[in-house]
Amino acid sequence: MRLSGAKALIKSLENEGVEVIFGIPGGAILPVYDALYGSSIRHILVRHEQCAAHAADGYARASGRVGVCMATSGPGATNLVTGIATAYMDSSPIVAITGQVARHMIGRDAFQEADIIGITTPITKYSFQIRSAEEVPRVVKEAFYLAAEGRPAPVLIDFPVDVQREEVEMDFDVKISPHLNKVVKEPHPLQVKRATEILLNAERPVILAGGGVIISNASEELRALAELLMIPVMVTLMGKGAFPENHPLYIGRIGMHGSAAANKLIMEADVILAVGTRFSDRSTGRFDTFARDATLIHVDIDAAEIGKNIRPDIPIVADAKHALKAIYEAAKELARRKDNSTWLQRVKEVKESLEKAGQHSADELSPKNLIREIRKLLPADGIVTTGVGRNQMWASLYFEVYHPRTFITSGGLGTMGFGLPAALGAKVAKPNSIVVDIDGDGSFLMTERELATSIAENIPVIAVILNDGWLGMVKYWQDLFYGRRYCATCLKRGIPDFVKLAEAYGANAARPQSLEEFSKTFKEAMSSDRTTVIDVWINPDEPVLPFAPPGKSLAETIIDLREVKKGGS
Amino acid sequence: MEVRRVKKPLHIISFIVENKPGVLFRVAWLIRRRNFNIESISVGPTENANISRMTITLYGDEPTVEQVVKQLRKLVDIIKVSRLDPDNTVIREMALVKVHVPDPAARADLDYYVRAFRGRIVDLSPDAAIVEVTGTPQKIDAFIELMRSFGIKELARTGATALPRSPKE
Repeated sequence: MRLSGAKALIKSLENEGVEVIFGIPGGAILPVYDALYGSSIRHILVRHEQCAAHAADGYARASGRVGVCMATSGPGATNLVTGIATAYMDSSPIVAITGQVARHMIGRDAFQEADIIGITTPITKYSFQIRSAEEVPRVVKEAFYLAAEGRPAPVLIDFPVDVQREEVEMDFDVKISPHLNKVVKEPHPLQVKRATEILLNAERPVILAGGGVIISNASEELRALAELLMIPVMVTLMGKGAFPENHPLYIGRIGMHGSAAANKLIMEADVILAVGTRFSDRSTGRFDTFARDATLIHVDIDAAEIGKNIRPDIPIVADAKHALKAIYEAAKELARRKDNSTWLQRVKEVKESLEKAGQHSADELSPKNLIREIRKLLPADGIVTTGVGRNQMWASLYFEVYHPRTFITSGGLGTMGFGLPAALGAKVAKPNSIVVDIDGDGSFLMTERELATSIAENIPVIAVILNDGWLGMVKYWQDLFYGRRYCATCLKRGIPDFVKLAEAYGANAARPQSLEEFSKTFKEAMSSDRTTVIDVWINPDEPVLPFAPPGKSLAETIIDLREVKKGGS
Repeated sequence: MEVRRVKKPLHIISFIVENKPGVLFRVAWLIRRRNFNIESISVGPTENANISRMTITLYGDEPTVEQVVKQLRKLVDIIKVSRLDPDNTVIREMALVKVHVPDPAARADLDYYVRAFRGRIVDLSPDAAIVEVTGTPQKIDAFIELMRSFGIKELARTGATALPRSPKE
């Protein structure tokens, strides 16, 4: 079959089962857009390329499938960068396709030329530049394989415009290069046996579930193992949703703004089974204080994560699902468990005593009340995305998650502006789920233009803006550590008027004055087929607690602001 | 504060890669990104035209070297990474040293040293000579140290390359 490179690309994407592309066209990608005309693939025209990458990322996280975004060369490609980096830090599988200037112009600083391969090498698993049209079917196949296999990550395909036009005989019956398959899925049986024996003999065991449990769809295996051995479970920020938060064995989330009980109990555990987590500093606190006296079993599919930040006693390189299943089978066979009822009693007591730990304002429209209300109204399969900052931490503290892939947040890179475009991507992936972006005013304003996409492409979501008029998390640190010298953090609440702004885009909008009004608006938004923006003015001095200050151990988690000593960093 | 330089053991990492554009860039980028401090890197073709061999030497503690190896293994274009045991490895480096030899006495001294190190004088002019020497990095270090007495005008080292010895029966 004789086809142009552009047509071969679209056909290859169709062969991969791609149903949607988020993107913006431009000169150096026009042949591909022309080939897209009449394809079964839906194209969603976003308003800024960064949001194409975030939407593809949100789509990938909500569905577990590879998200696709596309942009032209030069500024189109460089605008993708923040979105690609966000997906990279949180191991989200996306394929980014960029136009490139013609081959003979590469390296001549041509109009809209950018070395996107060079720019994105540190934030992709791999980047291809297609040098001749016949490579297209293999490159697409390898790109999708690499994005999804093992530890997922973004992959970039850079496509010179003359190669898009080049017509050659195409062979779609291609195989990926054999050496690409480096993934070890099955755990080593001896390590499984050692890990199981340690867990069975543990007095104070806990399981720490990271995002890897969600990525490998291992929530069922995790629950089965926890219930079999009666081991309490805690999660990281990326692991939120790996284990139902209303389960009796659930403790909470660890980390800088984790639950006080989880931060306390992980430091008391004698055995930690950590699955699919890279031990981010935001999760562990100071590395040399984390799990110092515990026996650590670390399961990760990425061998380079083992020992990178925290050295485990028992390393297991494997897919989380396979490893959890193997440990479950081994434990079932051995079937002798040290009695840990004293530990379970201790966990229960700590959890109960610290349940209300962490101050919050008594305001009716406090983030806690609002987020609890959202949880109450939202069905169990409703999806929440977040901005970054206080809104994100409040959402992670107060929004209970029951199912994997229903809490989507920029954990590693901490990208403000992620919430709205990610919500659009999630809604496209799960059109029957209600998708809510819990956001801050600063964060929302960074990508607010995607309201246009949401209306024009008919992708209804709900954006709840916890509007404090500040870059709130930064202000909070200035409050605590910089003597309330508010340098460059005040946004002057009311600029813009989010209700008018939303209405200008054609969205529904409201500014509720009471919890009852909020509840009413939210219910209307849930049944509307149009995007709704709910602007809630909250107390700018609302704290985020608990708080394990940066550079400190989780054991030093603060639950009362009076404990904060000045001079932290 | 007193700074004591404790020389950590030398590690040799040998890996074969796809012979494609950009591979050296990706390896160099990785070394910078992960803050690894390497001693040398060398690259060249192998018996298979599609495959190149790269060799990195570095001084470091065990966890660091382990991270280097694991991170290299993650690179898509890298086919196989091996750590070579210095005791069972043939390791060689080549150096070209241009030295100042303005008089016959100096040239005679130079000739003596070059023979002792089994090097060769490959270029000679009235006041300078270029010497080629091959050997382990330690041998090259020692040779360069000796050459300092003449005055080194220019120096080029290739970085180490290595192959494991065949197992003995």
